[in-house]
Order: sequence, then structure tokens, then C-alpha cells
Amino acid sequence: MSYTKLTRDELARRIAQDIPEGAYVNLGIGMPTLVGNHLPKDREIFLHSENGILGMGPAPAPGEEDADLINAGKEPVTLLTGGAYFHHTDSFAMMRGGHLDIAVLGAFQVSVTGDLANWSTGEPGAIPAVGGAMDLAVGAKSVWVMMEHLTKRGESKIVARCTYPLTGIGVVKRVYTDLAVIDITSHGLVASRLVAGLSFDELQRLTGVPLLPSGARAAA
Amino acid sequence: MIDKIVPSVDAALADVRDGSTVLVGGFGGAGVPAELIDALIAQGAKDLTIVNNNAGNGEVGVAALLKAGRVRKIVCSYPRLADGYVFEALYRAGKVELELVPQGTLSERMRAAGAGIGAFYTPTGYGTYLAKGKETRKIDGKGYVLEHPLRGDVALVKAERGDRWGNLVYRKSARNFGPTMASAAKCTIAQVYEIVELGALDPECIVTPGIFVTRVVKVPRKEGGNRIPAGGVTRGISGRAAV
Repeated sequence: MSYTKLTRDELARRIAQDIPEGAYVNLGIGMPTLVGNHLPKDREIFLHSENGILGMGPAPAPGEEDADLINAGKEPVTLLTGGAYFHHTDSFAMMRGGHLDIAVLGAFQVSVTGDLANWSTGEPGAIPAVGGAMDLAVGAKSVWVMMEHLTKRGESKIVARCTYPLTGIGVVKRVYTDLAVIDITSHGLVASRLVAGLSFDELQRLTGVPLLPSGARAAA
Repeated sequence: MIDKIVPSVDAALADVRDGSTVLVGGFGGAGVPAELIDALIAQGAKDLTIVNNNAGNGEVGVAALLKAGRVRKIVCSYPRLADGYVFEALYRAGKVELELVPQGTLSERMRAAGAGIGAFYTPTGYGTYLAKGKETRKIDGKGYVLEHPLRGDVALVKAERGDRWGNLVYRKSARNFGPTMASAAKCTIAQVYEIVELGALDPECIVTPGIFVTRVVKVPRKEGGNRIPAGGVTRGISGRAAV
């Protein structure tokens, strides 16, 4: 049987639909930023930006950009009515202190025990840069990873043990990939919402590390 | 009469010495004390340790300071920027030292310095390369890394408005590291666009109380104010200001 991977926007929409009303959420730089474009209009969701914004709104209209109002990716944004500004130390207290409900982060690799590698490929000679990645990884109540299931070479990015430098240990709760949703539980990895046409056996073959079909968890 | 207002950026920086640790505010283009950095280059102090979230972009701000050969070491969280070639070349040539610190740890280390904390345990970075060689401890089953305060000899901060007692308010996300850095240095210099009479700032809304501020200097607003030049969304940010 053939299947089609989710596009980035389809994946972003799937994640956005799972964010409940009232959640305080940080969307990481890169692909996770797309989730902001798909948040359900009928829910009030608070977006946090590490550089001191809660209630961050969408990009401004052309010509309305303000150099003093940018997101973590240094792009111009807006503030929703009711939003707030604060300084960096408070912002990272929100992150590290467990006040954020969800952080959606990109990743190079996630291990079966929820280890996250997303800040460095460990390439010799590369200039290391970490930003707020490690603070977000340890702090949010739920860390969700948004990534492609496979590397360009077809290797699973869900691995027994991360080979890239770690960002945090045992921090990831759930992985949204372009093939399925993988929950990291005490029983193991539970796969659900496989894309249409993709069988569990095929997903298992592609992933390499043991998966449980959703429902098996209740049975276990 | 207490008057922390100094007449020029040059006067504000006159006594910065070689070998100083300088905390420089700003995140991306927002909150960068560009005029103070330019004045620091003109002033000539060298062998500096610069603490900033980034390591300079293009050839302005911190990048210009690096290019002028004044910086011995950079303490930052994210030195890799699209136009960060000045830092990159110096780093690869072994001419500048890099201490990479997770962003929240960077901020908290300065908070600790300003708040008189001896050291603190943070969960950030536990078990990672950035905790290598550091003391760690399990507290209630969770791993933590011991981190030490980061003090500045000088802090350069950009605020929107200030008064002669050194009280400051900021603008939008330009606030970022400013208040924490102001508390963490022996000498804090704030550049502002507007100096107001005592009492004009609402005491309920003062963000940095004057006790943390040594000098205030007024700089002219840039042409176009805070507007990002047309077609210059990326350039405007990565160009002039992204330190």
C-alpha cells in the first residue's frame, strides 16, 4: 500500500489542533513556528517568546514592522491585546520554572527514553550555538517534538540512543512526525495517527526501534 | 543634587579600562546599545570580555568591536548568525575565546551576580556537553548543574526613557537583557532616547530603579524611529543591530 507523508503545514495543523484552550506555549525556532499559523481561532492560546513576550501575535502587516518587537527567530511580530513584556530573566524563569504547558521543538534525534538532540550536529569545526534550547527542553511541562520521521538518507530520527550531542535527558513526551504521532511512555513508544495508507508494520520497519500500536498500551 | 545624566556617550565611557568585562544588552536587533558600542570602539579599551546573547552580525556593534581587535573573549548563547563572519574568522584563527552558555543560564548568572547569590543549581544543560567539568547534584531525584555568577565591570544598556536618578523604562521586546545586566555590573551606563523630569515616570511602572544605574546618556532617535526600512526586514535586523 502507498502512503503520503504529511506536509509541514499539515503537520503544523495537526499539532495546533492538539493545543488546548488556555495553554501557555513556546514554539521553537524553525519548523515549529509554523504551528502559530494554524492555531484554532476559537481558542485563546498564549504564545511565549524567550525574548520577553507573552501573548505574541502573528507577523505584522507590511510596513507595520517594529524593530523593538521581534520573536526568538528575530522576525517582526505583534502583541495581542492583553499581552505583556518582561525581561529575559523572568522569561527564562517561565521556561525553566515549569510555567509553560507546552514547548514545540525541532530535533535532529529523539531517543526511546525521550532524550533530545536538537542544538548541534557535533560536526567538527562547526561553531557551537545553543540559545534557549536547553532551557526550553528542561522546563516546559510537555515537550513535543516536531520533525520529519526520517533523515534525507532514510534513517530514523527516533533512535535507541542519540548520537548527536544532547540538549536534555528524558525530556520529550511526544513526537509528531510526517508519518505518525509517537508518545514516549513508561511502557515504550506508542504510535498513533499513522498517515493514511501506512501500516503499523511498515512504520515499525522504518523506525527501527520497537513501537507499540496505540491501544496496546491499555492492553499491556 | 544627584544627576546621573552625562553629556555624551564619550563622557559616559571615558573610564572603561583595558581587560574589563562588559555586559552588552540586546537580542537580535532589539535593545542593542549601538551608540554606546560605537563610543567604546572610539574610546579604545582593549582585551575586553564581552557578554552578549550573540557575537555580532555584519560589521556593526559587537562585530565592529571584534573587528577592531578589542575583544579577548565572548560569553554568549548563540554566536552563529547569518552574517556572523567577523566572529567566525577570529574564532577559527584562535584570536577570540568563546564561552558558550545556555541563554537562561547566561541571564540567571547575571541575575545571581546582581542579587548577591554565591552560585546556583540549574537543571539546564544537565547531562550535556555544556555541563562538562561542572559540579552536578541530584536534588529530589532531578539532576542540576552548579553555575556561578557573571559580573560585569561595565554594563551597556539601551532603554527608552530615563530620569536624572537613573530610573529606566524600556520599549517592547527591546527590554530583554537590560534590567538584569543593569543590576550585575559595577558601572551601568544606559542610553535613552528621552530624558524626563523626576516624577514623570510612573513609580508603579519603573522597570529598572535608579540604584542599578550609574550614568544616563541621551542619544538621538534614528531616522524612521523604530520602523524597519521597507524591504529591509531581514537586513534591518541582521544588518545594523543584530549583535
